[in-house]
Amino acid sequence: MSEIKKQTDEAIMEKLRKDILHPITTRPIEFKLWVGFLLTIIAIAVWAYYKQFNDGLGVTAMRDYVSWGLYIASFVFFVATALVGMLISAVVGLLGQKWIIPISRIAEMIALAFVMMAGIAIVVDMGRPDRVLNLLFYGRFSSPIIWDVTVVNVYIFISILLLLLPMLPDLAIIRNHMKKDLPKWQWNLYNILSLGWVGTPGQYKILHRTIRVLLILIVPVALAIHTVTSWLSALTLRAGWDSTIFGPYYVTGAFVAGSGAVLVAMYFIRRAYKLEEYITEFHFDKMGKLMVLVALVYFYFNLNEFLVPAYKMKAADGHHIHTLFSLHGEYGVMFWLTQTFGLILPIFFGLFKRFRKPFPMMIIGLSLVIGAWFKRVIIVVPTLIHAYLPIQNVPDNFKEYDPTGLEITITLGVIAMAVLIVTILAKIFPVIPLWEVAEEKGVDIKKDL
Amino acid sequence: MSKKITPGATSRRNFLKRFGVTLGAAGAVTSLGLLSACTTDDEEMISVMTTDGKVVQMKRSEAKVDLKEAQERGREGIAGKKFVMVIDLAKCKNDRKCMTACQGAHHLKPEQHHINVLQMQNNERSGFYFQPKPCMHCDNPPCTKVCPVDATFKRKDGVVLIDNERCIGCRFCIAACPYSARIFNWSEPDHSQDQENQTYDIELNVPQKKGTISKCLFSADQLRIGKLPYCVSACENGVYWFGDANEDAVTNGTSMETVRLSSLLDDNGGYTLLPELGTKPSVYYLPPKGRLFKYEYDEEKDNWMDSQTKEEKA
Repeated sequence: MSEIKKQTDEAIMEKLRKDILHPITTRPIEFKLWVGFLLTIIAIAVWAYYKQFNDGLGVTAMRDYVSWGLYIASFVFFVATALVGMLISAVVGLLGQKWIIPISRIAEMIALAFVMMAGIAIVVDMGRPDRVLNLLFYGRFSSPIIWDVTVVNVYIFISILLLLLPMLPDLAIIRNHMKKDLPKWQWNLYNILSLGWVGTPGQYKILHRTIRVLLILIVPVALAIHTVTSWLSALTLRAGWDSTIFGPYYVTGAFVAGSGAVLVAMYFIRRAYKLEEYITEFHFDKMGKLMVLVALVYFYFNLNEFLVPAYKMKAADGHHIHTLFSLHGEYGVMFWLTQTFGLILPIFFGLFKRFRKPFPMMIIGLSLVIGAWFKRVIIVVPTLIHAYLPIQNVPDNFKEYDPTGLEITITLGVIAMAVLIVTILAKIFPVIPLWEVAEEKGVDIKKDL
Repeated sequence: MSKKITPGATSRRNFLKRFGVTLGAAGAVTSLGLLSACTTDDEEMISVMTTDGKVVQMKRSEAKVDLKEAQERGREGIAGKKFVMVIDLAKCKNDRKCMTACQGAHHLKPEQHHINVLQMQNNERSGFYFQPKPCMHCDNPPCTKVCPVDATFKRKDGVVLIDNERCIGCRFCIAACPYSARIFNWSEPDHSQDQENQTYDIELNVPQKKGTISKCLFSADQLRIGKLPYCVSACENGVYWFGDANEDAVTNGTSMETVRLSSLLDDNGGYTLLPELGTKPSVYYLPPKGRLFKYEYDEEKDNWMDSQTKEEKA
């Protein structure tokens, strides 16, 4: 290799290190305020959960008929959003799309944080969280919950690997170049996590192969986790859940939710870390197009899910449809707002290039994420409000579902926890894969560490 | 009407006797060393049968039910039985004695129902009628399939039970049950200190526990000692028939008359609830036809009751 090439490479790497790794060393006030804000919500939620733990789930608005509420809706939402890791890195990445390189790690961080919180949401919903280990002692494989616990844990495991392994060269770069810029504990962290990476061609060969295997593996696992989650509903005999398309309906909905989350995270991380040069308008444009694509597929599944029973109006399905479609139905207003802001408007605006810019995309992403959460409430709750047999001889609060403040607090706490995990991961680890960007720029990374 | 089976020809079919042990047998129940209720002169003393078959007296306070053995026996069920219930809707006057007896036996709160009497109307042109709704004890139970920890299960005698020592409170079974037959202890159950310290009886689901499921058990504890379920014996209007499908015999809880199950269902057009869902219930209904009473609204009870009962009350 010529001396000139070596010098250019060194210059490029120097710039990349400076641009991408600088957030690791700084703790600006905005960051502290944001973390403090999230921690406050979490602290209040922990207090609320303590109360729920002592007094029982009676502190929520759930009762014998609507026995699942915000917690299960949030669980489904978390699993859904977590699928974006698989969408961006595996589906789009394996198709050979290079534009995902700077945002793939953000997607993986969201995936890991959200799938972990899915597990927490389930425990929060349990009447006897002290008996959670019964799942191991007495686990019964005919129950979809056991399938769900299995695949969620596999997904967490693969997500950790998919976050950590592609980060090894970057961690080694930090270890080699930033010892003097970092507190000792933090440098030690990178030192340990870099697993002795030195960047020999052999190591790179193994790394590339491993990542490829993981990316292929995560496709069926991610499909399984969300399909099984949909089966928690679809395997019952309840009108509104008793649907054969619930698997793909959930999976496509998950891609919409996840795209929204990535758009929001891209926008704020880019701004906070001044990464305009790496996460460019081009990336927002590409993500916008991807979002429109997955939202159109989801729209198609919505047509099937709602219009087919609405045409027939079978007794129980008819009740359910009326609850959602009629503005006088219990969930009519929420349904139409959710479908409008969580699906139709994002598709419409996403079609125009002028809206596929960072700021409008962030707003659309936010609308998608909030819509996705409400959509999960609409999937979980209205079905339970209409049982096959009349609901009688119970107090009025058994006949409806009006979440309590405590319940909303705990839900917000779990969401804040997910956001906090993403915030911290994005703070202590390089959000953009430095070595992959360098490789794209033609730097011979195997020589430079 | 259903054919009556004359007592002489079918004495071996007599429901109560066929349940093995009667109350006369000094209250000793099984060879497992478990207790059963029995009355002695001294309230403090009870008779129990030891594992080698001797009947001994001991203080009630000293007697402890072995939780593990009770759990195992409770999961097994009663060999050779297939319990069924027939509910004659033509007889139900909405007296709700069944609900009261059930709530008392299982330490339930007023809003908790193992059995719930529902006001039903099949279409706009027909009048309403009352339909007691216990657990259907389905032969293809959607609830037990989904339980992740095998806390709810179906025994070989057809009864679907819940083990609240194991239940994790995920409420998947509530979501899965199309009959809304299951309830949850959303907060601390109403029980006295005594009841709280009682050893858990899986066949009675008492004491109830916060954060766990409860449901109709066909009064498995009563079946164990050869008695009819609490709701069945509490009814004064002859609504309930209960018995064993293997023997094809059911006994009426009010008249104690025993008839052939198949004839009863055949002659009266017996049916099950939501049969299209394929759950195969063990609870049958006889249609609400030919009712010989009228419902009147009772302000005090805030519910309907039959006019005769209302008059008598007045």
